[in-house]
Amino acid sequence: MNLWARLKELRRYPSAVIGLVVVGLLVLMSIYALIRYPYSEAIRLWRAGELTWIENPRNAAPFWYNWFGADLPTTVKVGPEQARVVLEENLGGGTRRRVLLLSFDYPWRKGFPQELALFYEGTFTRTPPQAVLTWRTPDGREIPLGTQTLRGSGRYLISGDSVVAKRVGTEPRVGLFRDPWGGADGEGKARALPGRYELWVDLYLFEPESTVSLKLVVYGQLHGWAGTDHLRRDITIALLWGGPIAIAFGMSAALILTFWYLTISAIGAWFGGWVDALIDRLTELRMILPTLPILIMVGMFWSRSIWLILAVIILLGLIGGSKGYRAMYLQARSFPYIEAARAYGAGSMRIILRYLVPRFLPLVIPAFVSAIPSYVFLEASLAILGLGDPLLPTWGKVIQDAYSRGALFLGYYYWILIPGALLLITGMGFAFVGFALDRIFNPRLRSL
Amino acid sequence: MLENLRRVGIYVAVRGFLLFFTVVVAIWLVILIANMGGVMDKIIESQIREQVGLMFLNPDLQQLPEAMRRELYDRQVEILRRQYGLDRPFYERAARYLLNGITLNFGMAEKLTSDTGSKQVRLILVERLPHTLLLWGTGQLLLFFASVFFALILSRRYGSLADRLVVALAPTSAPPAWFYGILLILVFASLLKVLPYGGFVDAPPPPTRLGYVLSVLKHMILPVLAVFVNAIFASIYNWRTFFLIYSSEDYVELARAKGLPGRTLERRYILRPTLPPIVTNFTMSMIAVWMGGIITETVFSWPGLGRRLYEAIGQNDTPVIVGANVIYGYLLAISVFFLDILYAVLDPRVRVGAAGGQRL
Repeated sequence: MNLWARLKELRRYPSAVIGLVVVGLLVLMSIYALIRYPYSEAIRLWRAGELTWIENPRNAAPFWYNWFGADLPTTVKVGPEQARVVLEENLGGGTRRRVLLLSFDYPWRKGFPQELALFYEGTFTRTPPQAVLTWRTPDGREIPLGTQTLRGSGRYLISGDSVVAKRVGTEPRVGLFRDPWGGADGEGKARALPGRYELWVDLYLFEPESTVSLKLVVYGQLHGWAGTDHLRRDITIALLWGGPIAIAFGMSAALILTFWYLTISAIGAWFGGWVDALIDRLTELRMILPTLPILIMVGMFWSRSIWLILAVIILLGLIGGSKGYRAMYLQARSFPYIEAARAYGAGSMRIILRYLVPRFLPLVIPAFVSAIPSYVFLEASLAILGLGDPLLPTWGKVIQDAYSRGALFLGYYYWILIPGALLLITGMGFAFVGFALDRIFNPRLRSL
Repeated sequence: MLENLRRVGIYVAVRGFLLFFTVVVAIWLVILIANMGGVMDKIIESQIREQVGLMFLNPDLQQLPEAMRRELYDRQVEILRRQYGLDRPFYERAARYLLNGITLNFGMAEKLTSDTGSKQVRLILVERLPHTLLLWGTGQLLLFFASVFFALILSRRYGSLADRLVVALAPTSAPPAWFYGILLILVFASLLKVLPYGGFVDAPPPPTRLGYVLSVLKHMILPVLAVFVNAIFASIYNWRTFFLIYSSEDYVELARAKGLPGRTLERRYILRPTLPPIVTNFTMSMIAVWMGGIITETVFSWPGLGRRLYEAIGQNDTPVIVGANVIYGYLLAISVFFLDILYAVLDPRVRVGAAGGQRL
């Protein structure tokens, strides 16, 4: 039984090749995720709260929506280094006037920005700086946005300013970008005017030491590879990190349990008698234990840590062995090489661990590979019930977030479909390989 | 004949005993897990305090001075604690909890109430049972008959395009049913808007009986479909493989050589001997569906046992969670028990006594 030659047979199954490619890509993605966002960094980013992500749009779709003819804006940021100082003059008495120009290109016609905000960061001791803001559209219209007092650092949400809304006659995010000659009211019908937009900031600094730096953020409707969630977090991070977690979780559970079943079934079959009967009864017990409800209880009463859940899954799995392996071993007990081992005086444990288990090791490879996705999905199932790990982002938790925030009702399909697709691809990848392996290693299925 | 019946009876009794033992172990595990955080004790403690608190609503007792009332309260709590055995060591209490669990005596819920307004955990859970049975019973039977039917057809046309397609699609059962449920909701409820997102019946419920039934059926389509799509290909593949293996046996060849018609061959020579393993497999898939039902029901807002468990999780209602676990333990054991009886009736080896209790 040449293991390597058998494994090479996988090439004959196209589905297995696809599965292997998928698993390979998954491993590469996991390695990338681990390097790009180390464990603590990933947790920090994912648990960071809204301030870390304030410059991301909320519930934005992935940017590749535009490849399919969506023509929606992505986020445009105009930072202090892009701001041009047009005029700087001293008004006397320590007061300075500075005129800043923040300009950007807006090439999209069909969509309007999601929000519009001016971030400011400044210093003052008594009198805060003042800014008079004017919006200039590509066709030369000027819309005054009013005066802002810049106290320390903060965010002026232009799209939320009701005075501006009154002035442009509709939501500022639409009104400021609208093509006055194109389309009727309301998004969908109204057209944006593409071109270079300018925000003129007439800044008055009343103290000599006062400083101000400005940043204009025009929130798009699309963001990153996977979009953003309700907390403006970039879902890509969660999806990247879901990979290594899923693999680690599925692999360790499948690996430990497969080896355990192989060993414990061998022990049962070898010793026979009450040992065998006990192990067989325990196997039956495990098969009808309500595993998922028990895991739910563990999540509720103990801890939701993914590693504890993994430990409990393994502990519950350790009850008993496997009926199939037991049947195999019962046959193998009378094989001549076992007789020979016994004849030279090998002990029971030696026979079990050196002769019985290794002999059947290749045969359980398919079961091992096929078991991986079931544990991956078990974790996702717990996450769907709201019992996901409180710290780590996993695919199941992203789906749960989306599901509980009504992504299906609100049409944020990407939020469910991308992690769903990843789960599906992963599950199918392992299942394809496991299936093909089963046909290679299981002689009864070979001809079928 | 009588001898056969006796053997089947013994087999069933042994299996029944083993399954009951399994339930006891499952309940014991539940108690162990719940009590690791002292949860069970807390449930009882809070129930005692509530009971005593209600007693002190009595206006006569309200008249007493504060210190005296406190003392009376504490003494009363202490008496009840002793009565409930909270002063006893853990193993003694565990035995009591075990007995309560086995007799489905879960006490009162903390937050949830049943649709009839009761706070009894047993009622809260049992009233949801028919919904769960309706949904998954339908799904399982549909799945079972459809897969056996198609598997028979495919085993006749081994190697055809349809056959190869089913083999290729068999890994689609790797994701669980709720996963397909979400996709189905996305397509049929959110995009096409032809079927409801979930629930049991339209709101308000249709006035006529027929309308009511139709409405329930409409709500059942997606969850049943989710289970169906999830399991159908793997299930057909399994049966087909079984049938193929059995149809290459010598006695089948002999029967074929005798010139028996295809139908008789299938029914008597192929289907019949495969029935016991089919029942075993059916048992396993049913267990999977019961467990998966918790989440599938949640996804579809189906008012079944699983959904109730989810509600209990959301509201942190410990007695209901513990009770639901025990009910699931029972549910599994009872379904397995019925299939065991079926198995005993189907498998001649049980009747003749050879390899009794040894299952494939």
